[in-house]
Amino acid sequence: MAGSTLASPTASVAPRAAYRVSPGAEAWRRFRRHRLALAGALILALIVLAVALGPLLWSVPINDIDFAAKLQRPSWGHPLGTDDLGQDLLARMLYGGRISIAVGLAAMVIAVVVGTIVGAAAGMSRGAVDAALMWLTDLFLSLPQLPLLLLIIYLFRDALKALVGTEAGMFILIVAVIGGFRWMPVARLVRAQFLSLREKEFVEAARALGATPLRQVVRHILPNSLGPVIVAGTIDVANAIIAESTLSFLGLGFPPDIPTWGRLLFDAKDLLDIAPHWALFPGAAIFLTVLSINYIGDGLRDALDPRKVM
Amino acid sequence: MGRYVLRRLLIALPSLIGISIVLFAVLALAPGDPFEELATNPNVPAEVRANLRAKFGLDDPVALRYVRWSAAMMNGDWGFSFVSRIDVDQLILQRLPVTLFVIGSSQVLALLIALPIGVYAATRPYSLFDQIANTFAFIGFSLPTFFTGILFILVFSIQLDWLPFVYRSDIAETGWRWWWEHGKQALMPIAVLGLFQGASWTRYVRSAVLDVIRLDYVTTARSKGLGEIAVVVKHVVRNALIPVVTLVALQMPAIFGGAIVTEQIFRVPGIGSLLISSILANDTPVIMAVTFVFSCLVILFNLLADLLYGWLDPRISYS
Amino acid sequence: MDENGLRQLIGEVKRGRVTRRQFMQRMVGLGLTAPLAAQMLAYSGIAQAQAKSAYKPTKRGGGGALKVLWWQGATLLNPHFAVGTKDQEGSRIFYEPLAAWDPDGNLVPILAAEIPSIQNGGLAADGKSVTWKLKKGVQWHDGKPFTADDVVFNWEYSSDPATATVTIGSYQDIKVEKLDSHTVRVRFSKPTPFWADAFVSTRGMIIPKHLFETYKGGKSREAPTNLKPIGTGPYKFVDFKPGDMVRGQINTAYHEPNRPYFDTIEMKGGGDAVSAARAVMQTGEFDYAWNVQVEDEILLRMEKDGRGRADIVAGGNIEFIAVNSTDPWTEVDGERSSAKTKHPLLSDPAVRDALNLLVDRQAVQDHIYGRTGVATRNFLNNPERFRSKNTNWEFSVEKANQALEAAGWKRGSDGIRAKDGRKLKFVFQTSINAPRQKTQAIIKQACQKAGIELELKAVTASVFFSSDVGNPDTYTKFYCDLEMYTTTMTQPDPQVFMDQFCSWQIATKENKWQGRNISRWRSDEYDKAWRAAENELDPVKRAALFMRMNDLAIEARAVIPVVFRPRVSAVSNKLRAPLSGWDIDFWLLKDWYREA
Repeated sequence: MAGSTLASPTASVAPRAAYRVSPGAEAWRRFRRHRLALAGALILALIVLAVALGPLLWSVPINDIDFAAKLQRPSWGHPLGTDDLGQDLLARMLYGGRISIAVGLAAMVIAVVVGTIVGAAAGMSRGAVDAALMWLTDLFLSLPQLPLLLLIIYLFRDALKALVGTEAGMFILIVAVIGGFRWMPVARLVRAQFLSLREKEFVEAARALGATPLRQVVRHILPNSLGPVIVAGTIDVANAIIAESTLSFLGLGFPPDIPTWGRLLFDAKDLLDIAPHWALFPGAAIFLTVLSINYIGDGLRDALDPRKVM
Repeated sequence: MGRYVLRRLLIALPSLIGISIVLFAVLALAPGDPFEELATNPNVPAEVRANLRAKFGLDDPVALRYVRWSAAMMNGDWGFSFVSRIDVDQLILQRLPVTLFVIGSSQVLALLIALPIGVYAATRPYSLFDQIANTFAFIGFSLPTFFTGILFILVFSIQLDWLPFVYRSDIAETGWRWWWEHGKQALMPIAVLGLFQGASWTRYVRSAVLDVIRLDYVTTARSKGLGEIAVVVKHVVRNALIPVVTLVALQMPAIFGGAIVTEQIFRVPGIGSLLISSILANDTPVIMAVTFVFSCLVILFNLLADLLYGWLDPRISYS
Repeated sequence: MDENGLRQLIGEVKRGRVTRRQFMQRMVGLGLTAPLAAQMLAYSGIAQAQAKSAYKPTKRGGGGALKVLWWQGATLLNPHFAVGTKDQEGSRIFYEPLAAWDPDGNLVPILAAEIPSIQNGGLAADGKSVTWKLKKGVQWHDGKPFTADDVVFNWEYSSDPATATVTIGSYQDIKVEKLDSHTVRVRFSKPTPFWADAFVSTRGMIIPKHLFETYKGGKSREAPTNLKPIGTGPYKFVDFKPGDMVRGQINTAYHEPNRPYFDTIEMKGGGDAVSAARAVMQTGEFDYAWNVQVEDEILLRMEKDGRGRADIVAGGNIEFIAVNSTDPWTEVDGERSSAKTKHPLLSDPAVRDALNLLVDRQAVQDHIYGRTGVATRNFLNNPERFRSKNTNWEFSVEKANQALEAAGWKRGSDGIRAKDGRKLKFVFQTSINAPRQKTQAIIKQACQKAGIELELKAVTASVFFSSDVGNPDTYTKFYCDLEMYTTTMTQPDPQVFMDQFCSWQIATKENKWQGRNISRWRSDEYDKAWRAAENELDPVKRAALFMRMNDLAIEARAVIPVVFRPRVSAVSNKLRAPLSGWDIDFWLLKDWYREA
């Protein structure tokens, strides 16, 4: 009764429209309130913009060899200094950054997606499917990466080159290879989470309500098992960027004159005491990328966690 | 549980065989030639090279070579290295103690770093300690080991001259001096590897503890009046350990052949450097033997991890 | 210079107007090797001056430990199975040959009592036999005496195809007979000008008969002495871990007085070249590091620390670019780069000349290799200081442009020159190696300025240098237009080195690409000259033939030499280690000592 008595004679009687917030919008709102996550997103956006548009704005060529300017510290002409052939580091970092970031993110996505699917499938089912998937995981974990890499590249390089061109073909191959060797830890971690979460009360409750296994997984278990997945994702980005440079060192990646960040670090390592700036900038770039992705990951996790009040 | 263990062990054998077939096929098909150095030597006539290939059975079909290899393995003959002309098991045994010491210690160091720091950082999320710990963790795993290794060498060996950086497995001292010398030379490789590993593990531990620390039973334990430490250690950590156990189990086999870069930089004569030099020299028997042991360890440790899940979280069942 | 010029110069040496050393330098400047030059002098009767030994210590032992670092560790210790110099060096600590090559190209007796020559009757006039007199009083490490039986046994062991030794090439065409307990005679089937191959240097280390004789032929891999060498060398075996470490201790019964100086030797393996140089020159953990293939920039900086220096020894290795005479992009009978094809672009001499003009050797030397790579134009080495009339190299983008323009290659809209619809685009491959990639970058830039486009490719070394028949990236297959690598001169005599241009050595599918003529260039005149040199006993005539062959190959631009690569080692400042470019680093290990 008290509810239908209006506070004042002029107040409107019609009920207010129901205010519905979708979970997605709710998550976004929570994400926005997470200051570090926003900072991370901003840094990442800046980095991506820099490497995407930078070469258009900073037009010094990346392979202009100038011995007179060898190993110079940062200066106005060369804001990040030069390497041992006198090439401008800023231009090289902007150009190589595209590849590093693209490879890092793409390989990470592959590792995380494949790992999550395999881990979820193994964790939800029991018996034969679990055993088979774990056998597959063990197999991939046991494979020696280098001979396998040589074999894959040797088998598929020409076919891909004919299909999509040299650079795209190389990119697909590298991303597949790097991502293909990083999904196993994610699968094991996700499976472990699933094994534990599967027995928890809220899942049992959902089952009792008639949720199909798929719905149980997607709406209940998966969001709660994302913790290690997010951490793995961020570590994989750093890993992928470095792995690409190791591949190129072995002749299996991009040609050696393409200045990806990992490659720059590798080239600079012997001259660390003579020209520290050469290694400092790519190292800092990788660090910042990792940092920003990590904070975004933290923000995501907090935004999706229903128990945290923000 | 007993039946589960039995079933897993029974499955382990055929799965091992399956893995060994795939491994062997990959190695046989991968490009590269064990006698390549001879190829560039003008004084070695082509017939000698052909002879050597025939002698080591390199020209036979892959299936035949596999059968021969597995039969030999089961008889305890692990093969004969093309490059060193020595039995493979001798090669591996020579390097085992150093590997276990250096690489094993680094994993222990990583765990000792990751657990306390990760747990403490999670109990005070976004505090100063947490921020600093996180930053160091990010730096730790964004820098590759070849880089930090060289950095350490520059600082500690060259600038400060405190530590030697070439690892020598035979030191002529005795008594406590032997331990001192050994410790000095092992410090940097252990630190480089341990810090790199510890950095990523810290993040996982922190994330795992964060997941658990807000659950109801923790609040219950606190409200029962238990001290914070007791709450953390007895209730939180045990439940947060599942991802940690997974990771440690994944990492254990890597002791046997994983730390390639660190072993290379510090010249630690471990199994990792044996593996990489065999791969580059296409010394198939050695590669096969090492990767086979590696796969046995992978299967073993993953089985142990699965068993530990059951102990850590009693609700997990496999039936 | 031709044969007459050579004879005149030798006459001057005889008369004392030109010193031996000047003569040697001149010969090397013309593209010949020091040992060949030494042979020329010896043949003309100019006695070899007894080299004064620089060895100072007056007693055996007491020098403490000698620690050396090889960034490729020795993997086996039987010299007859040695794969690469690392194994030869490891074996050389314990085993010794009859003679070795000193830095001037002269033979120095080790287990031989003296060097055979025409004067002392050791060399037969018809060039078909050599008689070696062995040193008396030499013992194996287990006390047994070293006799002619051991030398004959080594010949039997190595020449048996069932043993499958890598030294078989030096022993299969000869016959060795024992004349008495300390004399052997080596017989050749035809006159052999280069007789100092068997029992000399890396291919001539002697293993003991009494320990190996039951392990000849098919049983060779079972010999326990394979892993625990017993030799005649200055150090006795202590321990061996393949790929990691070799240890030895002083041989107190060594056959020369006051030697060796050190009490123990430790040869550590693994790692990379830069840190090896650091371990010697910056931290002093090691006394010596082999083959520090490091940029000179870094070496100079390390030398400033005052603990060690980089020792540079001239040898015969040359870094060069092979120019494909055949077409790598057309397949004939399942084979690319087939000898039946001709390269559509590179058969134009103007293009080859232009490429030669576009290699900035000076920049490569100054900024990449420094002292470790000296600009050269000859295939047989050439230090920069000595240029004679036919040894000119030049870097000129304008001249390259002019040459191409004159030959009808016009620039298209994309800046790349073309003729008859064919663009000047080449694929340029080499192995993974930082200085090589930098050299590629420099050449690519210069070519761009002349309207030639280069696509760079780098292949991992273990694949590039393999002889894998199925792999398209090996250097012998040469499935691209240009490739660059170093060809090493494994013997002081150029005969084998120069067969890289003979037409019967062309690498084809038929010989499984094992042929040594990678560029697939052929010339009848070259073939004739090579065959003549094979049998020519007069070293002066022979030298003239080699110079002619060098000039033929260079003028036709079958290859474009870049820099000649001396060997660089990192040596601690107090260590006295005599090094020779014509033998391995340990050739005179017995004479290594440390200044107080």
